[in-house]
Amino acid sequence: MTHWIVAPIILPALVAPFIVLAARYHIGIQRVLSVAGVVALIAVAASLAWQAADSTTTLYQMGDWAAPFGIVLVADRLSTMMVLLTSVLALFVLLYAIGSGWDDRGRHFHALFQFQLMGIMGAFLTGDLFNLFVFFEVLLIASYGLMIHAGGNARLKAGVQYVLFNLIGSTLFLFALGSLYAETGTLNMADLAQRVALIGPEETVGIRVAAVLLLLVFAIKAALVPLHFWLPSSYSEAPAPVAALFAIMTKVGAYAIIRVYTMVFPPELESTAGLFDVWLLPAALVSLALGIMGVLAAKKLDRLVAFSVIGSMGMVMISISLFTPEGIAAALYYIVHSTLAGAALFLISDLVRTGRANLDLTPQPVIAGNALTAGLYFAAAIAMAGLPPFSGFLGKLLVLDAAYDSALMIWIWAIVLSSGLISILGFARAGSILFWKAHSVETDEDRGLGVRPAALSYAAVGGLITLLAAHTIFAGQVHGYTTKMAAQLFSPEPYISQVLETPGKLSKPQEGDH
Amino acid sequence: MELLVASAIGVLTAGGIYLTLRLRTFPVILGISLLTYAVNVFLFTSGRLTIGAPPILQDGIDAYADPLPQALVLTAIVISFGMTAVVVMIGLGAFLGSDDDHVDDLPGERSQTDESASEGTS
Repeated sequence: MTHWIVAPIILPALVAPFIVLAARYHIGIQRVLSVAGVVALIAVAASLAWQAADSTTTLYQMGDWAAPFGIVLVADRLSTMMVLLTSVLALFVLLYAIGSGWDDRGRHFHALFQFQLMGIMGAFLTGDLFNLFVFFEVLLIASYGLMIHAGGNARLKAGVQYVLFNLIGSTLFLFALGSLYAETGTLNMADLAQRVALIGPEETVGIRVAAVLLLLVFAIKAALVPLHFWLPSSYSEAPAPVAALFAIMTKVGAYAIIRVYTMVFPPELESTAGLFDVWLLPAALVSLALGIMGVLAAKKLDRLVAFSVIGSMGMVMISISLFTPEGIAAALYYIVHSTLAGAALFLISDLVRTGRANLDLTPQPVIAGNALTAGLYFAAAIAMAGLPPFSGFLGKLLVLDAAYDSALMIWIWAIVLSSGLISILGFARAGSILFWKAHSVETDEDRGLGVRPAALSYAAVGGLITLLAAHTIFAGQVHGYTTKMAAQLFSPEPYISQVLETPGKLSKPQEGDH
Repeated sequence: MELLVASAIGVLTAGGIYLTLRLRTFPVILGISLLTYAVNVFLFTSGRLTIGAPPILQDGIDAYADPLPQALVLTAIVISFGMTAVVVMIGLGAFLGSDDDHVDDLPGERSQTDESASEGTS
């Protein structure tokens, strides 16, 4: 049994208190520790992904207690890929926060950042539903702190909405877990998968309630319409690096849906039939349409980006709700793309804010570094709108291809294609007002161009764009890998037997104490 | 007893939802507290209701209470308690800062709060 799988959770959990206790007043030391922690995290995540690449599922039993009595961590292809994506994203976000000085505008940015990483990593790695709830709470409570980092009334007000919405989500999660436990007597995902399949079709009321409640909880996290109301305000009011990190948080919801609904409530299960094609798919289509309308209607750049995140989550959920291996593979490819593109856009909106009074889409004097910022915005907007040559185009193509056999194929194609056109309009309108119209505004001579953003900030955004380019160039390999990942998800028997049949310390009663 | 517990959960949930739909921070926080009380009792009953049964193995006893929901409830209580404290602090900060405790965005004051935000961040 390898202990490395627990490292992505333990490492930030150790770095964070060390930052608070030992380096509280030294922002320099905090930065070094935080970056070193994230770099080590990338190394661990890469080796875990390497290990899982040949379809081995690694199991870690906490305290050597066998499942379903103990809590297990499981690393398969899907969870290691999400862990790797999170740690890589975290590095660039952290570099941006350091370069732009955001981390010095309030206390404890780095500690909260590490705790946030710990929660996200735990949510991706755990194999137990109640443990998933606990890690959700860890990542949420860190995100509350990050969300209101640097203060300000508007931010606090948006923070209240964000916290309240998520508290209701957590309560729903507990109701779902309670009804699931009352029906099955277990909360281990592998054990649940076996027991749910045994329940006869006439006694499924509790299971159906639990399945729908869980879907609601994950849909809140994934900002699916009509549960998306928390997202636009909180993402646009949050500090830009935090909003960029939050780009992975909506994907935590998508990940949880993929994980739980491929394993515990598979599509062939009679009691939860219709959950996806009747409910989730139309909701996802509406999310995409509404997100893109928001892109066109937004009056501020940060809200525009927030709505484009809702739209891209709609795209992810369309692909997931097809619930075929091709659909899941396309969704996983698009998740990577949309995380990177969303994070890059949030960081770019902060670059635009440097030197402007606000982010309103009105002509204002030229900002320092206008050309470079505009170039980066151009690249990221192309990626997000799904035009060639970036990976958004390929991801969209994969989704369309996967939807070809669906009953709602015409709707999916129509909405996906027209939303692409509308989002191009929205991004082009915003970009031309922000960067081109600026030249027609009289510049105050003695005011100058303002402060140019630091080189490190540009490097961080450039890094994200480079990753997007790499995601496009190696699209064949990545999609091949996500296809294998989907195949692994749709045949969960090796996962289940590995979790349930690995002996722990209870399996040898003659050696135990009790 | 089932009726008593079930109706207690129902009344708590109903009251919680009603208060959550209010527009000001204080009733909403109270509503969420009521909801978390309801969910705590609900979790407790998910292991079936038993009276006077021990949760830990003992000699000569056949009926046991399920210990797992008790552990789950303990975790849920701690987490919801902490979260409520956090939301009270943030809500208080927002109220003291803007002298307004509405949880929704009022369209009229939107521009005003934007100005104060840009002062605070730039």
